Amino acid sequence: METNAVIPVLSIQNVGKAYGENWVLSDVSIDIMPGEIHAICGENGAGKSTLMNILFGMSVISDTGGYAGKIFINGEECRIASPDQAIAKGIGMVHQEFMLIPGFSASENIKLNREPLNANIVSRFLGRKLKTVDFAKINSNSKESLDKLGICMDETQMVDTLPVGYMQFVEIAREIDKENMKVLILDEPTAVLTESEAEIVLKVVKRLSSIGISVLLITHRINDIMEIADKVTILRDGRNVKTMPVSETSPGEIAQLMVGRELDLNTIQKRIVPIGEEVAMSLRNFIVHMPGEMVRGIDLDVRRGEILGIGGLAGQGKVGIANGIMGIFPTEGEAIVFGKPLKLNSSKASMNAKLAFVSEDRRRMGFAPDLSIALNIAAPAMFNYNQFFRRILFFEQIDEKGIDAVARQYIEEFQIKCTGPQQPVGTLSGGNQQKVCIASVLMLRPDILLVSEPTRGIDVGAKNMVLNTITKINRELGVTVIFTSSELAELRQVCDRIAIIADGQISDILPADADSEVIGVAMSGKRR
Amino acid sequence: MDNIRRKIREFGMPRIIIIAFIFVILIGAMLEGQDMAALISDSLVRVGQNMILALAMLPAILVGAGLNMGLAIGIVCGLLAGLLSIQWGLMSWSGILMACLLALVFGSIVGVGYGKLLNLVRGSEMLIGNYLGSSVVYLMCMFWFAAPFTNPTIIWPMGGTGVRTTVPVSEYYEKVFNRFLAFKIGGVTIPTGLFLFVFLMCFLVYLFTKSKSGITLRVVGNNPSYAAMFGVNVNRARLIGIALSTALGSLGIVVYAQSYGFYQTYEGPLTMAFTPMAAILLGGATMRSVKIRHVIIGTFLIQTLLTTALPVSNQLFPESNLSEVFRIIISNGIILYALSQAGGNEK
Repeated sequence: METNAVIPVLSIQNVGKAYGENWVLSDVSIDIMPGEIHAICGENGAGKSTLMNILFGMSVISDTGGYAGKIFINGEECRIASPDQAIAKGIGMVHQEFMLIPGFSASENIKLNREPLNANIVSRFLGRKLKTVDFAKINSNSKESLDKLGICMDETQMVDTLPVGYMQFVEIAREIDKENMKVLILDEPTAVLTESEAEIVLKVVKRLSSIGISVLLITHRINDIMEIADKVTILRDGRNVKTMPVSETSPGEIAQLMVGRELDLNTIQKRIVPIGEEVAMSLRNFIVHMPGEMVRGIDLDVRRGEILGIGGLAGQGKVGIANGIMGIFPTEGEAIVFGKPLKLNSSKASMNAKLAFVSEDRRRMGFAPDLSIALNIAAPAMFNYNQFFRRILFFEQIDEKGIDAVARQYIEEFQIKCTGPQQPVGTLSGGNQQKVCIASVLMLRPDILLVSEPTRGIDVGAKNMVLNTITKINRELGVTVIFTSSELAELRQVCDRIAIIADGQISDILPADADSEVIGVAMSGKRR
Repeated sequence: MDNIRRKIREFGMPRIIIIAFIFVILIGAMLEGQDMAALISDSLVRVGQNMILALAMLPAILVGAGLNMGLAIGIVCGLLAGLLSIQWGLMSWSGILMACLLALVFGSIVGVGYGKLLNLVRGSEMLIGNYLGSSVVYLMCMFWFAAPFTNPTIIWPMGGTGVRTTVPVSEYYEKVFNRFLAFKIGGVTIPTGLFLFVFLMCFLVYLFTKSKSGITLRVVGNNPSYAAMFGVNVNRARLIGIALSTALGSLGIVVYAQSYGFYQTYEGPLTMAFTPMAAILLGGATMRSVKIRHVIIGTFLIQTLLTTALPVSNQLFPESNLSEVFRIIISNGIILYALSQAGGNEK
């Protein structure tokens, strides 16, 4: 063990990755020592998942031209081209979405494809594939692995009947059951867990390090890092901002480093329409049953003409609010829009109340991929205001020229990179797709605009464009905006107030210039 | 030059292959000394008589339900409408127009029910449609067997009750559309009325696709969640598309029968859906994009191919049913090919 202590078990040197022209990760170097818990944190789009995909040899990396830089395992250079190779080299990974087979027991999942086998008569003639699976041994082996983790559970239970936290344990047990496991990558292991479950997971991670397995912990949660990590690396915009021992830092410093630079947003204009005293929207005991983003009863007032930010960690419910208001997920409680009660669970009613929504789920809800830019921009207005139709004799026909003109105008204004208004939106880049989404929503001339994660996965240029547009319609037209984002920098830049959501409830409402540390504390769910 | 190349690419390889193949067959026919004028006349009639059935595929694809595998449901509605018009002894124009009208009414009503069912099985419409289509055909076999028709043209000549397997329309309204304003150029008969009616239908459907409902259907078909977010009633839109498809299938078989000369009952509708499917796919439609021109080009190509290939192959392989086998292989092969293309453009 003494000699190993000098050679890092996993050493990443100057690793970078570009998708096309866009460098999502560049020049990242990290050393991980045996038994070390090394946290990697950063905002969405900072390059965490890309780094993880490189380490685990996921096909998205090799399909798009591989990666730059070098990776050493136990001092030996190697290129990891597939998950199989990663496993063979002793790298294990627990994904954020569980990869378990629901109808199998915990132990069967743990030993999946590595089942202990017994020879039988048939297999003697027809080969190894027909050997009998030794179920007793599966259970006893699994029990050992679970014991190693210090978890007491029935290994024969079906995984789909287990609580979420225990599914996580089964995943971890499966990884450490592999004999040469050296480094375990955990992707947001506590994101979907309750506090008590999260605590046990953290304990398990500590135990792993005590038996000599290094852990690469990818997380948003600063508290988790402070609690268990030895070292922390902060990524921002694909670069390694800083690696430091956790003992020498504070949650405030980590948060600040994560958020980092302010966006070089064009100077925000002065308000033409001032924020009114009037309440644009008020929510009372608002509950949204959105899987993974439950909103558990909030009271919130949004004033006319303000930009209200909604922040918080992933899975805490911040995204659920806008989805509930728009009638996309089942909702309970009360919502009042400009004095009138809003009929819940009806998208039509929300549209009629002049609400408009840019969804966080751009792929699924943002646009019709095979239809043209022009049609995508016009469709919402066509549905709701009968705009863009002309009468020819008895037939109401689509006004192709009108749509084309509007599309050209937005293509110009938003600098949408395309071959023309007829190009299908699905073939545009993410940033340009988002511009189309925003254009289509603007066509609705909403009183209240809800935007969720508008800059997720888009490049800096498009980001500025999108944020500028949102502030512009707020400043010039007085449109009330509810702005949901996981990026603190963005919220600070754009919003007047920021409501922080933790565990489905509002933990605090802060001014946009509040201290990072105060926001960090609110995100962890502690109330002032 | 680039422009030409792009145009060719847009037109698509499958169509170019089929056109080349048709040319080969036509040259073969000429060498065999076939009656070319008759061959071309036949082809034109077949194109006209099949086009509405292919058109029926369009609304279903538009709303994202894929190919209407249950077209047979619409077809039996059309059969019922046609038989009723014969039962009432309606001749010539009044007969065909009544048959068309009833077909549209029955087709729409039944189509709404069919649409409701397909809304319950979103994502597997083609599979369920296929089973349901066959089930309805067999269910209707029982109905034909016991149906209380009394017109001797419809019922079995001896025995008294039950519908015949083929009911001739020759005494009522055979080729009413085909003969209307028909004329001859160099021995080739142009079925003007048939084409006028068929293209009128295509034009009406074209207008529909450009109307608010049509746009709604298109958006729903492409991304239902997106449409729903903007307050569109997705299930209603799908219902409209599927009902329209069924109604057109129903109308299609009436037009088909007046040209063909018979209503084919019992198991007749079972395989009727395949050629229209092949036609629209061959025309260039995919599960994600469909236009009227796909219907027209596709029907022209496949019907010309099938009509000309039959006599030519008959001559090549006399006294065998190889030609029929050949026909089936081609039409089903094209469906397979086009379906694989429809799913294979993701990358």
